[in-house]
Amino acid sequence: MREPLVEIKDLHVDFEVRDGTIHAIQGATFNIVRGETTGVIGESGCGKSVTAKAIMQMIPKPGKFVKGEVLYHYRDKDNPGQEEIINISDLDPDGTRIRKIRGGEIGMIFQEPMSSLNPVYTAGFQIGEALDIHRLVPKTVGDHMADAITEFRHVTKKESREIAIDYLHKVGLPKPKERVDSYPHQLSGGQRQRVMVAIALSCDPVMLIADEPTTALDVSIEAQILDLMKNLQETEDMAIMFITHNLGVVAEMAQDIIVMYMGKQVERATAVNIFYEPKHPYTKALLESIPHVGKRHRGRLASIKGMVPSPFNLPSGCVFHPRCPSFMPGKCDVIIPKWQEVEENHWVSCLLYEEV
Amino acid sequence: MSDQEAKIPKIKKKEKEEPVSQNYWSLVWWKFKKNKLAVAGGIIVALFYIICFFFAEFFAPYLLQQKTDYLQARPQVLRFVDSEGNFSLRPFVYGLEEEIDMELRKRFYVENPEVKYYLHFFVKGEPYKLLGLIPADLHIFGPDPDNPDAHIFLFGTDRLGRDLFSRIIFGGRLSLWIGLLGQVITMILGVSLGAISGYYGGVTDVVVQRLTEFVAAFPDIPLFIALAAAIPVSWSPEMIYFVLTLILVFIRWGGLARQVRGLILSLREREYVLAAQSSGASDVRIMFKHLIPGTLSHIIVIATLMIPGMILSETALSWLGLGLRPPLTSWGVLLQEVSNVRTIRFAPWLLLPVPFVIFVILAFNMLGDGLRDAMDPYGGR
Amino acid sequence: MAKEPKVYTPGVDVEEHLKPERINDPAVILEVKGLTKYFPIRKGLLKKVVGNVKAVDDISFFVRKGETLGLVGESGCGKTTASRTVIRLYEPTAGAAYFKSTALSSTNEPVIVNLIDLDKEEMKKVRREMSMIFQDPVNSLNPRMSVFDIISEPMVIHGNNDKQENEKVVTDLLERVGLRASHMRRYPHEFSGGQRQRIGIARALALNPKLIFCDEPVSALDVSIQAQTLNLLQDLQSDFNLSYVFVAHDLSVVQHISDRVAVMYVGKIAEVAESDALYNNPLHPYTEALLSAVPKPDPKYESTRIHMQGDVADPSNPPSGCYFHPRCRYTQDICRTTPPEYRELEPDHFVSCHFAEELDLKGV
Repeated sequence: MREPLVEIKDLHVDFEVRDGTIHAIQGATFNIVRGETTGVIGESGCGKSVTAKAIMQMIPKPGKFVKGEVLYHYRDKDNPGQEEIINISDLDPDGTRIRKIRGGEIGMIFQEPMSSLNPVYTAGFQIGEALDIHRLVPKTVGDHMADAITEFRHVTKKESREIAIDYLHKVGLPKPKERVDSYPHQLSGGQRQRVMVAIALSCDPVMLIADEPTTALDVSIEAQILDLMKNLQETEDMAIMFITHNLGVVAEMAQDIIVMYMGKQVERATAVNIFYEPKHPYTKALLESIPHVGKRHRGRLASIKGMVPSPFNLPSGCVFHPRCPSFMPGKCDVIIPKWQEVEENHWVSCLLYEEV
Repeated sequence: MSDQEAKIPKIKKKEKEEPVSQNYWSLVWWKFKKNKLAVAGGIIVALFYIICFFFAEFFAPYLLQQKTDYLQARPQVLRFVDSEGNFSLRPFVYGLEEEIDMELRKRFYVENPEVKYYLHFFVKGEPYKLLGLIPADLHIFGPDPDNPDAHIFLFGTDRLGRDLFSRIIFGGRLSLWIGLLGQVITMILGVSLGAISGYYGGVTDVVVQRLTEFVAAFPDIPLFIALAAAIPVSWSPEMIYFVLTLILVFIRWGGLARQVRGLILSLREREYVLAAQSSGASDVRIMFKHLIPGTLSHIIVIATLMIPGMILSETALSWLGLGLRPPLTSWGVLLQEVSNVRTIRFAPWLLLPVPFVIFVILAFNMLGDGLRDAMDPYGGR
Repeated sequence: MAKEPKVYTPGVDVEEHLKPERINDPAVILEVKGLTKYFPIRKGLLKKVVGNVKAVDDISFFVRKGETLGLVGESGCGKTTASRTVIRLYEPTAGAAYFKSTALSSTNEPVIVNLIDLDKEEMKKVRREMSMIFQDPVNSLNPRMSVFDIISEPMVIHGNNDKQENEKVVTDLLERVGLRASHMRRYPHEFSGGQRQRIGIARALALNPKLIFCDEPVSALDVSIQAQTLNLLQDLQSDFNLSYVFVAHDLSVVQHISDRVAVMYVGKIAEVAESDALYNNPLHPYTEALLSAVPKPDPKYESTRIHMQGDVADPSNPPSGCYFHPRCRYTQDICRTTPPEYRELEPDHFVSCHFAEELDLKGV
């Protein structure tokens, strides 16, 4: 049963900067399915990170919602039959409801684990921000976890420590009883990322947003974290939104993949279909431009000609047209392609598939 | 799905005047120009230096040591309308008349509306040597040269009857000059030692670092007092001036050296430095072509913001009698006269050098802040 | 009065350990033997040396003309330090690096010199023949210098100050890397990451080197730009018969561009072999595990991953014996006590593992 957990509908987010307006997301529409992993891939500037932050109502200034909705299908743990649809985009970013969701129901892990206090846990963050305390007073791993745990569960300090140790063990951190009292800088990158996952999990979230969680890690550690996340998804029945630019990682992790380019989603399908039957020229070009371990091309990689355009000067019509090998003059530079389902569960926005 | 057939207009771009060249310093200048406050600060500082340093004699109606008979006279207010309501385009002042207060046993002056002295511009006054070389006698304004009784003391006079307005201008010459010269020497010392220490590391670094720490730990005020007491009275004013400058430099070069060292340390590992080294660049080339230009923006800002400190230090020290002494005249020396309550009570105008000091410092700070903002012209790229 | 460069003469007093083996082969351009670089760890007020970070620990490899040798490994393996030490950006703690230089030769024939022995002047001459491309597109170009200044700097350093002459060369270089001559008046911040890397490549080519050390040149670039840049590097290699030492952590990129690959772990070389041989038939357990850890861009790829326990070893405090033993699933007692020998097990396939013959390892 593929039940939607979070529905993103026609999301538009703009950033007003000194040099103009950046349309960071232009009309993203997709669902995150309960218990499954949705991968979002794209290169820099495609808007994938902003999408994740939009779901959590954490768009950094000077960004703002322009249009669209983020609908969260909330189910109370005690009353699982009932479902309530909450419009996250309507919630006050500093309000109580979103703070319950953020970290409590939807967890998030980032690329740089624990280099600074996790901004998702607003109580500690806001106080720390106000007093700049988080830089002065170092917090142990246990303290970080306690922030999260006590915010969402009514437990004593002692109980939260026990819970923390339990989750540290769950994420495979060796010697959790000792580690809970160490400081983040005493741990390696991989260990810190495990702690991040533990913090995110400790509130029993129904979804985890992972924004490039393994990009800064060595391959061998990356493998460990990916395996960990796959296992946890099974045992905790958790949805994952996995954001990355690494095609290998997304192939391994995601059941569904969304491809983004310059703020627009260009294709969406199951992982198998994206890799084996890509429809959008950008997706195809991306797949052809990566070297594969084990398959040595003797020769050149098929590269995408041209450069990523400036966000202040987006091309007319289809935003990919100047670099597209299937460019159709008179059409692609004039008409904006529609997002449509061309096969079962396979969506593209490309004029090659549109009757024009 | 909304109708998206039409061609969408290109994203609106805010109208932006592009600078002509993307060279770093051009960008800095372009960004600096946009900051009105900073430009104002710069102009004020420049004006102060030009007026006080180069053309003091021209701008001052009286000479530095020119005594008159009007002792501790109050300032004469510049007027355009006289007591009868007559407007005059040419500004004038009322003459001063002596009065004696028998109770206080003090002589003081009041303005006499009957007597008017008009300001004459570009007048022939006391002769001097412009820039120390060219003989001249023109002043930008002054009392009527044909009337030996005419006197214009915009800021009053001191106890020897010397025009304070003129003396403030002359005083600025020394105050500003010490600030600048001291800063230049500090920079030379601080940058070179900081750069060498940061680049070579090792023993040199350790030695320089300990040295700067030693200097920084020195308590300023006791040092000054001790040195001031130690300066022999027989020394010429120029020597004292020179030594004072050195003392100010001594206190400050350590901080600058440490900052430069820090900058060099961070720049030294940049890949473009490695690239130059891998091409075979000499240390000298690396230092002057790559490292120091990278620190220049910081150094300029630091220097600009240090000068007011120097000026303030000199003023304070001289005011306390620990610095310059007459006949050398700086703003601090001018304030030496105002060291007791009696003087402040009866001749408060003698404090007028103070707002000038403050004004110059503010101008330097505005300039320095503007420079600091401009030195990052990439907009945080 | 040119000094005689220190030409390597076979038989002359060189430690056994550092004797070159391959450099006499006319196809070989560089041979590194026993290269070691330790960084001292200093603590305390007097900065006493309390230990060493063994960034590079006795490695040996060689590079053939016109060929790319990939140096791959995870963080702390020493790949970047190794390449920077050969080019003497860092002074080696020990070892030798034999190079065939024409710049130091008094005739047209190249002469073999040990880079480590050369003094500053000699090294400067040899630097014409080798150059480096760096990883970070932002920090590898001096933001205060124009593109022209950046690319012509190597020429200026070596005495070519003729502005017009240099302009011609820079124009040529810019075009070769796919940029335009008009770009030379511009400044680095006006270019994208991929373009900045191209400028760095143009700079590396300025003096017509024979050997280029590429230090993670594509790691900071987007995937589509990586492809363009790799293609450019390959084109340049075939046009100019360049040799590359290609340092990277991305195994798929390394496999694509390298003829031979060396896998490094904590300052040592675990295995060196031809690209295909390494990936299809690894002889070292670390290589096997690494290959299985790389996520494959193929959702249908089914394979049980080999798990390496724990974290990458710490070069300042490496494990005893074989550095990989705590994470290796084939560890035996000898692995804990004795460092394995680095030997040529199959033709042109070197490995340092006690059990390389016996193990039957899985490739990709």
